[in-house]
Amino acid sequence: MTTLQRQENNPIAHLSAEDIEAIGRELDAIRDEVLAVRGERDAAYIRKVIKVQRSLEIGSRAVLLFSLFPPAWLIGTAGLSVAKILENMEIGHNILHAQYDFMRDPKIHSTTWEWDHATPADQWKHSHNEVHHKYTNVVGKDNDLGYGIMRVDENQRWHPFFLAQPLWNFINACFFEYGIAAYDLELGRNLGSKKRRNNPEFRANVRAVGRKIRRQMLKDYILHPALSGPSFLHTIAANFTANLIRNLWSHSVIMCGHFPNGVSTFERTSIKGETRGEWYLRQMLGSANISGGRLLHIMTGNLSHQIEHHLFPDLPSSRYAEVAVKVRALFEKYDLPYVTGPMPKQVASAWWKVIRLSFPNRKPMLAADHSIPPRRPAAEPATV
Amino acid sequence: MPVTQRLRNGAWRVVELITTPVVPTDYLDVIAPLRNPNVLRARIEAVRPETANSVTLELRPGRGWRPHQPGQYVRLGVDVDGVRLWRAYSVSSAAGHPSGRISVTVNVVRDGVVSAYLHKNARRGMIVHLDLPAGDFVLPRQRPAKSLFVTAGSGITPVMGILRSAVDELSDAVVVHCARTPEDVVFGADLRELAALGKITLIERHTGVDGRLKPADLDELVPDLFERETWACGPGELLDAMTDHWSEAGAGERLHIERFRPTVLIAGEGGTVTFERSGATVEAPAGVSILDAGEAAGQLMPSGCRMGICHSCVLPLREGIVRDMRDGTVTTAVEGDNILVQTCISAAAGPCHLDA
Repeated sequence: MTTLQRQENNPIAHLSAEDIEAIGRELDAIRDEVLAVRGERDAAYIRKVIKVQRSLEIGSRAVLLFSLFPPAWLIGTAGLSVAKILENMEIGHNILHAQYDFMRDPKIHSTTWEWDHATPADQWKHSHNEVHHKYTNVVGKDNDLGYGIMRVDENQRWHPFFLAQPLWNFINACFFEYGIAAYDLELGRNLGSKKRRNNPEFRANVRAVGRKIRRQMLKDYILHPALSGPSFLHTIAANFTANLIRNLWSHSVIMCGHFPNGVSTFERTSIKGETRGEWYLRQMLGSANISGGRLLHIMTGNLSHQIEHHLFPDLPSSRYAEVAVKVRALFEKYDLPYVTGPMPKQVASAWWKVIRLSFPNRKPMLAADHSIPPRRPAAEPATV
Repeated sequence: MPVTQRLRNGAWRVVELITTPVVPTDYLDVIAPLRNPNVLRARIEAVRPETANSVTLELRPGRGWRPHQPGQYVRLGVDVDGVRLWRAYSVSSAAGHPSGRISVTVNVVRDGVVSAYLHKNARRGMIVHLDLPAGDFVLPRQRPAKSLFVTAGSGITPVMGILRSAVDELSDAVVVHCARTPEDVVFGADLRELAALGKITLIERHTGVDGRLKPADLDELVPDLFERETWACGPGELLDAMTDHWSEAGAGERLHIERFRPTVLIAGEGGTVTFERSGATVEAPAGVSILDAGEAAGQLMPSGCRMGICHSCVLPLREGIVRDMRDGTVTTAVEGDNILVQTCISAAAGPCHLDA
């Protein structure tokens, strides 16, 4: 990490290479402490969340069979929204991260799980677990930085297209699951050339997404409404609303993860030959938390502990709250900025960035910060 | 009734579409875990202590069960501290229980995580996972005129299943059983009762006093030894010695053996990795990931982040032992376990067989 974000204040200027490796060792130790106690409590937790979610979903869908009556519509829609949020956030996201693979239960396993989402689990696991979590906040490598449709960092080149990015972001928020599906397919890149369009792997992925969306649509917009009989249209509206609420919620949570003010981004060159300590440090500086109570943590799938999640993506979400105490102490020990705040503040901060960066940079970009001595000065000179 | 069948299938299809992306039985599992036709489970109906160190579990298998033949074993999957661990146990009950119940008898073995857990925690009503019965330690359809059973310790369990089912069809059965003391004899009362009724000839050997049984001792205990069709179950050393003894006598085909804990895996440094589907093998030293070692040998393998966070590289470890290079955690697998391991951060700690 010899070149950091072009930031006025380099947050790691005071750290030596030894400090960075020491941080890595301390984080490894925190991880080992969790592994030592991970077990029945975590298994019971995820099973309970799944049970609550399934009961809530089936109960809400049953109530919605009578969605003609406004109270039934309201209760059913609210319940289904919560069920869908739980299913995507605390259950789907975390199981697909292999957080509960340790249970060796084939029913709750990253290799077998499928979720209530437009994108098939396999494709999401690739773009999310493999790419985003490895290359977190590296401009040009981590497509989560703006999802390829937005400019969320000064280092991303401005284009008139971005003038409308607050609008793109809002549309993306409403139909977030489809946005994610398109993103996992890398539609923008793959539709760009004939060769890519005709790539059999890409075509197979498109077909898989098509099948997934068809099944999801059939469930929410045809079968469930049809079973509702005279409440047909009301159930369609209810399911659409529940999906909309889920999409807006998960989009907001995810915006809070990497876009708020104070989060660092990194250059491609900065991760060449990156050590484990440096990778950890990048996760620490590249993520932001949301502060709040237990309910907020569950409803965000514990992505309110985004920093801890990025440090330990495959530790059970049920442990992030206790891990956060130790991680925060480590931030303080090494005088690093632990970016966190209440949800409205973080959402506003992320949105403000989207609006601000829809315009070109006001002042020329600062030169890269070279205040950290290059780790391997002879072999790999820091480049801009 | 093809019409009702079609209607039922159609209705089920609708239910499946409603519950997508999960399957209807996932919902059913919440209320009726034994009704799932795709995941075999059993409920513990009774727990009976046998000796100080062994306990019999009476199990009611759920949908999908296939009755066992006496002498066969089942694999039980038990969640111990949140982790599902599988162990094989011989069925000790007679075949053909009217309600389909079976019994397994669990002996606490040294360092045995699952046996200790079941001994302490098994309760009526508990749900365990189950595999179909397996094993060829069974009587032939044509019952032998003269039979011999040689067992030691918990080796009596499959033989008990055989005796309970078919003792009346065995005209001349000798049972040689070894245990440390008379109180340590699992099913002691049952065996002595069978002997008292004249159904078997029981020779108890208490190793605490008489010492370990050697095959040569059997020559004295059972004079017509090699005329008997023999089934033996017990520790590996006894079975190995018996195998030698019988083949020396040219009676190898009359001896049927059942091994319990086949191999004890001890973590070492590095090992030979075999990719069972491609047939490739590679020497993987300690400190080199199985992924790197495999790729260097030309094996095609799934891979992702190559740093242990994305789990794209997992492959089933069919048998063997690996060590997590980050934290030193050791994972072992025996036949049937198929434990998924992250190949990018796992190094061989002994011979490994991967399903790839």
